[in-house]
Amino acid sequence: MSDLVDDLLAGKHSALARVITKIENRSPGYREIVSDLHEHTGSADVIGVTGSPGAGKSTLVDKVAATYRDRGLTVGVIAIDPSSPFSGGAVLGDRIRMASNAGDMDVFFRSMSARGSLGGLSTATTDAVTALDAFGKDKIIVETVGAGQNEVDIVRTADTVAVLVPPGSGDDVQMLKAGILEIGDVFVVNKADLDGADRTVQQLREMLQGRDGRPETGHHGATELGGDATALEANGDDEPETWDPPIVETVANRSEGVGAFIDALANHGDYLDRTGRRVRQTRERYASEIRTLLREDANELLADELARRGGIERYVDDVVERHTDPYTVVDEVLEPLRECVAERRDG
Amino acid sequence: MSVEQEQAERTIRCLVAKVGLDGHDRGAHVIARALRDAGFEVIYSGLHRAPEEVVQAAVQEDVDVVGISILSGAHNTLVPKILDGLKEYDAFDDRLILVGGIVPDDDKDELRNLGVDEIFGPGASMEEMIDFIHDNAPER
Repeated sequence: MSDLVDDLLAGKHSALARVITKIENRSPGYREIVSDLHEHTGSADVIGVTGSPGAGKSTLVDKVAATYRDRGLTVGVIAIDPSSPFSGGAVLGDRIRMASNAGDMDVFFRSMSARGSLGGLSTATTDAVTALDAFGKDKIIVETVGAGQNEVDIVRTADTVAVLVPPGSGDDVQMLKAGILEIGDVFVVNKADLDGADRTVQQLREMLQGRDGRPETGHHGATELGGDATALEANGDDEPETWDPPIVETVANRSEGVGAFIDALANHGDYLDRTGRRVRQTRERYASEIRTLLREDANELLADELARRGGIERYVDDVVERHTDPYTVVDEVLEPLRECVAERRDG
Repeated sequence: MSVEQEQAERTIRCLVAKVGLDGHDRGAHVIARALRDAGFEVIYSGLHRAPEEVVQAAVQEDVDVVGISILSGAHNTLVPKILDGLKEYDAFDDRLILVGGIVPDDDKDELRNLGVDEIFGPGASMEEMIDFIHDNAPER
């Protein structure tokens, strides 16, 4: 098992691929692998890219990866696609768009499906990012369809989150509904050559100026096109510096605006370093990872305990018959655990 | 207990690859869909892939099954390149290699000798292929 870790750290592509498979499948031994890899991480820059299906995420990611490669950086990409709730199967098609990096092994592209049954997709994503980081990737891009809590959790593994908004994606209420405004550090209006792109940029800008309840008046310099640095302007000496998300226009399939997008990502990275937010963000991320793992493991422990006691149906029967109630059941199942913990703590 | 169960129900990953100058992807689409409906995870390569791209995808995606669709008759040139690439990246032994398309009988033996596990020609049924994958997917 540790051979796999050694091979990964030595730069063997098939070892990296196999580690991610083990992470996805939660195969025996995957926890030890991820544990062993942790000390080798911390150098990668993690970027989340999200947006509705067809917004152009994969195409943009392809161009961004190619640009990073031109600059001599190595890139890892994790692309998450939905899986069928019926068969559990999935067609993962994001790879089709990776044409600019064809045959380049230093772009490690991995498709993952949102396997419903295993749960904990965000845990698997975090662990896969760990593997890519330990492998030595400079830039790691996590790409996912932006709809729902799961996806929001996933992009939280990223230092910088880019949200793609295609032109004509409804009126401004739609944007509010999707809840995308809160998670984006950089907004991209892709397919900016289409009709309605200007209007979408305009709407986005108005929505963003209202975000965080900040006043809309007298707010200068925010959200300049092209993602230039004016968005970084400090609000005053005594106030902590805040980040005004820039809006970048791109036409990804023609590589237009990709440079500006990368600059915007870099600006946000600088902002994170300058304000100490990166450190805080990292700490928050580890805290939530620990909490998630605790919850998952405790759940599993309790599920086993429940199974050992004859399964949940037995208790449900008793509750239906009014012999007992849900609270009493929970107390009954948990009591030995509580006793055990108390004993250990005191002893 | 749960661990073993998950192992048994391990999701099988398949690459469906179109290689070379062959623009006929209807069959590959149909197969991708059938494999998906059989509960597999399918990575579809898109059209006109070079052998190196197929290797890159097969290695990085760590697929259990590499399905190569060729209708152009160039299998004797392209398939060995893919097999060599997989060996180079130490990704050959624990992978099922399938070829689909129009392969003359004389060529089939040679492809098998090179390491192709099975060849499906016109008239092969989906069930046949899905059963073959279930029965022969590599132990990992």
